[in-house]
Order: sequence, then structure tokens, then C-alpha cells
Amino acid sequence: MKYDKDSYKQVVDEFTPKNKMLKNCFYAFIFGGAICLLGEIFKNIFISGLGAAEEDAGPMASVALVGLSALLTGLGWYDKLGKFGGAGTVVPITGFANSVVSPALEFKREGYILGTASNIFKLAGPVLVFGYLAAFIAGLLKLITG
Amino acid sequence: MNYIMSFVVGGIICVIGQIIIDTFKKNNAYLLVLMVVTGAALGYFGIYDKLVEIGYSGATVPLLGFGNTLAKGAMEEAASKGFMGALSGGVIKTAPGVAAALMFGYIVAVVFNPKSNK
Repeated sequence: MKYDKDSYKQVVDEFTPKNKMLKNCFYAFIFGGAICLLGEIFKNIFISGLGAAEEDAGPMASVALVGLSALLTGLGWYDKLGKFGGAGTVVPITGFANSVVSPALEFKREGYILGTASNIFKLAGPVLVFGYLAAFIAGLLKLITG
Repeated sequence: MNYIMSFVVGGIICVIGQIIIDTFKKNNAYLLVLMVVTGAALGYFGIYDKLVEIGYSGATVPLLGFGNTLAKGAMEEAASKGFMGALSGGVIKTAPGVAAALMFGYIVAVVFNPKSNK
């Protein structure tokens, strides 16, 4: 059986999974919102419970979220959450931590130095490269414009 | 109120991310790079601070906030220390999160073994 361009596209569209964008967005909203809410709860615990200063509590909450996410990734639970949460589990800083731990675990069989340590920034590296670059440019522009 | 706004603003930022993923169907790394650079740009123009005032952790926990912290750190240090400040300011401000990811990541990788994808 032969297809021309249009009928081929029809067949392809038929077998392509239906667009689930709305459902994905709903889950992204719930999961992403919940992770940010957890960050705010951590922050308040550090302020009122441990007497941390307001400006220190933010980084402390980030560290707590990163630690939690690293642990959940190690247990294999974060990836399960990610199947539902989509971007909701990728965009928060927990997703950054997950992108550090995942390759570190995956390449463990190649050794602790050439496997885990070499590949630990395999996915997060681009974020740091472009992030640091953008920050440097922002700093330079600030220097020039005053 | 902080809790509700954190949830809503954080949720909306993640929905924007989900729309980008579903529309362009690229590797997540593209999304993360886009988020960090956008956050740095918004931070440079002082726009992101307004979002942080509204959304609290909802604005600081997503990677946009990471970009914002990077840019603002570099700008603050540049103002006081010149070129060397521009070079190191962003890195210093974001060091806790990055270092934590590195340390915890390595420890977890040593302690746990990879799970097979079921």
C-alpha cells in the first residue's frame, strides 16, 4: 500500500498519542506548587523553629529541598513522582538535584571517580554553564552602566 | 497567605515549563537552561524581585529563581568589588544549593544502587 504525503500524515496522527497538554499542565501545577509550598514550610521552620535570619532561611530551605530530592532519587521515588508531575518536578530546585543524582547513580558501575564523579554534572552542567555565564554578563553590564 | 501564594505562583511557573516541554518536545536540559537564563535576565531588570514579593518560595524554588539569585549576586558584588565581583558574585550566592547537590548527590550515589526502570 502506498501513501501520499497527506494520507501518510493522517495515519501518523492516528497513532500519535493524543495531546495530553491540559492534563500534564494540571499535574505540573499541583506537583510544582506542592514542592514550592514545601520550600516555604521549610523556610518558616528554619525561621521560627531554629531562629535563622530571614535572608539565611531561603538558602537553607534550598539545601533542605536538594537533600530531600537527592534521597528520594536514590530510593527511586523521585522518578516515579516525575512520571505524574512532569515539569512540576523538573522546574523546581528539586529537579536540579535530581538531574545531579541520576547520572551519578547511573554511571556508578564505571567507578566512583570516572563514573560517578565524572558524570555527576552531565545533565546539570548546561544549567551551571549558562547560569554562571548569564550572571557574569549581568555583573559586567552593571559595571559598565553603573 | 504565604503558603497559598507559594503554591499558586510555583504551580504557574511549572505549568509554563510544561507548556514549553509539550510544545517543543526537546530534552529537559533545554527547558532548564532557558529557565535559568530567563531568570537571570528578569533579575537583571529587577522584575523578578516583584514576583518574589508576591510568590515567596513559589518564585525562589523554581530554576527561574536560581537564575535571579545568580544575576543579583553578580550585580551586587560587581558594584562593590568591580570585575572580580562580577566574576564570583553569582557563584557565591548560589553556592549552597550547588554544593549541596554535589555533596548529597555523591553520597546518595555511593550509598544507593540504581533502580531498574519498571
